[in-house]
Amino acid sequence: MNNTTANANVGRQVQLPLRKAFEISLKSIRIRFWRSMITAGGIMLGIAFLASVLSTALVQAQMPDAAMDAKALQAAQNRQTWLVIMSLLVCTVGITNSMLMSVTERYKEIGTMKCLGALDSFVVELFILESGLLGVIASFIGWFIGAGMILLLAMSSHGAAIVAKIGFLPILGTLGISMVVGVGLTMIATIAPAIRAAKMPPAMALRAEI
Amino acid sequence: MSANEYVVRTKDVAKEFIMGDQVLRALDGVQLDIRRGEYISIMGPSGSGKSTLFNMVGGLDKPTEGSVFINDVDMAQLDAHELAYLRCRTIGYIFQTFNLIPVMTALENCTLPMIFAGTPTEEANEKGIALLKMVGLGERLFHKPTELSGGQQQRVAIARSFANDPAIILADEPTGNLDLKTGKEIITLLKRLNKERGVTIISATHDLKMVDVSDRVVWIRDGKIERIEERADLDLKVGQMEGEE
Repeated sequence: MNNTTANANVGRQVQLPLRKAFEISLKSIRIRFWRSMITAGGIMLGIAFLASVLSTALVQAQMPDAAMDAKALQAAQNRQTWLVIMSLLVCTVGITNSMLMSVTERYKEIGTMKCLGALDSFVVELFILESGLLGVIASFIGWFIGAGMILLLAMSSHGAAIVAKIGFLPILGTLGISMVVGVGLTMIATIAPAIRAAKMPPAMALRAEI
Repeated sequence: MSANEYVVRTKDVAKEFIMGDQVLRALDGVQLDIRRGEYISIMGPSGSGKSTLFNMVGGLDKPTEGSVFINDVDMAQLDAHELAYLRCRTIGYIFQTFNLIPVMTALENCTLPMIFAGTPTEEANEKGIALLKMVGLGERLFHKPTELSGGQQQRVAIARSFANDPAIILADEPTGNLDLKTGKEIITLLKRLNKERGVTIISATHDLKMVDVSDRVVWIRDGKIERIEERADLDLKVGQMEGEE
């Protein structure tokens, strides 16, 4: 019997609609609420720090600080760049660790899903959606705390006018940067372990002891 | 069609695992034909290659040499989409550790394979409820796995394995994590479904209670088939074993 006739009675598994994957991911987060919140907490702190540094820069730009010469300004900016890079590094390590753990502890679940007919791409999709959702929520809260704190402080020492002076758009800009960085980092940290788990033969995923 | 008499055929199946710099030959030239509608038990001590053979037959792992045919289709020829299709519709899996998805209710666990198969939600729910009733869990539809006993979890897993009306049910030590009485109930349930639905049941086990209901028993030792016993030979043996208990 040749292959074409042999395969005639085996169809091809269809890709599930995104809505289904979204439903399952949301459920996963809801059930593991506290665990998810701790993961989200790490992302949130990193993004809060980033947002506070960005907002501080905005506030400082509005200061009529004649005393500060160009050289000192340059030094302050360098220090800030350094701080942002450090905060992002810490954030990335934390997020990668959390997502790696959340994937490895679910190898068995992944193996089971594959036995039930899930495609590799569906498994990856599931984890990326889950981490993306966490990333969106955590980044927003992080931004709210970080930027909010700095702006409140600025308002208390320089009056509410300072916020009006900075303007709505630059503040929105810090939100944009925080979201892109937070969600981006979370998803990147998930992709590698999720692909690794999805590609395993189900027998190996089921056997995996964590 | 004579070719259709066998639902699973393995041809010189061998599997090697690489452990450091050693090569471990877990299966060595296994030739096994499984008839449609048969209740077959694969028995053997741990480390005999029993689970490895089981994984090959179920398309959960690929053999190093030889081929496995399911419904005359060579598993090695299938791509990822076709393999997923086969696992979804042709084979139902039952595990020693139940392997229910912990975040889902009994009903959701049961409908998951149907959702993977693209069944509309309403239809899947209806069928899921019917399947859970079939295994005697009509009252436990919305319980999470952690709220169910081991025996109940295994019943959900059995209901789930029947979701897409598979031709084959693969049960890996289905009674391994259950007490004697619950184990017996699960075996009786499997046998009943085997008879009622004409589904082929392949089970890897070292539970001697399984011998009782099997049409054939395949004994594996050191990666090879030691002997295959038919129903007629078995009746005598079971009598002896029960005497020993």
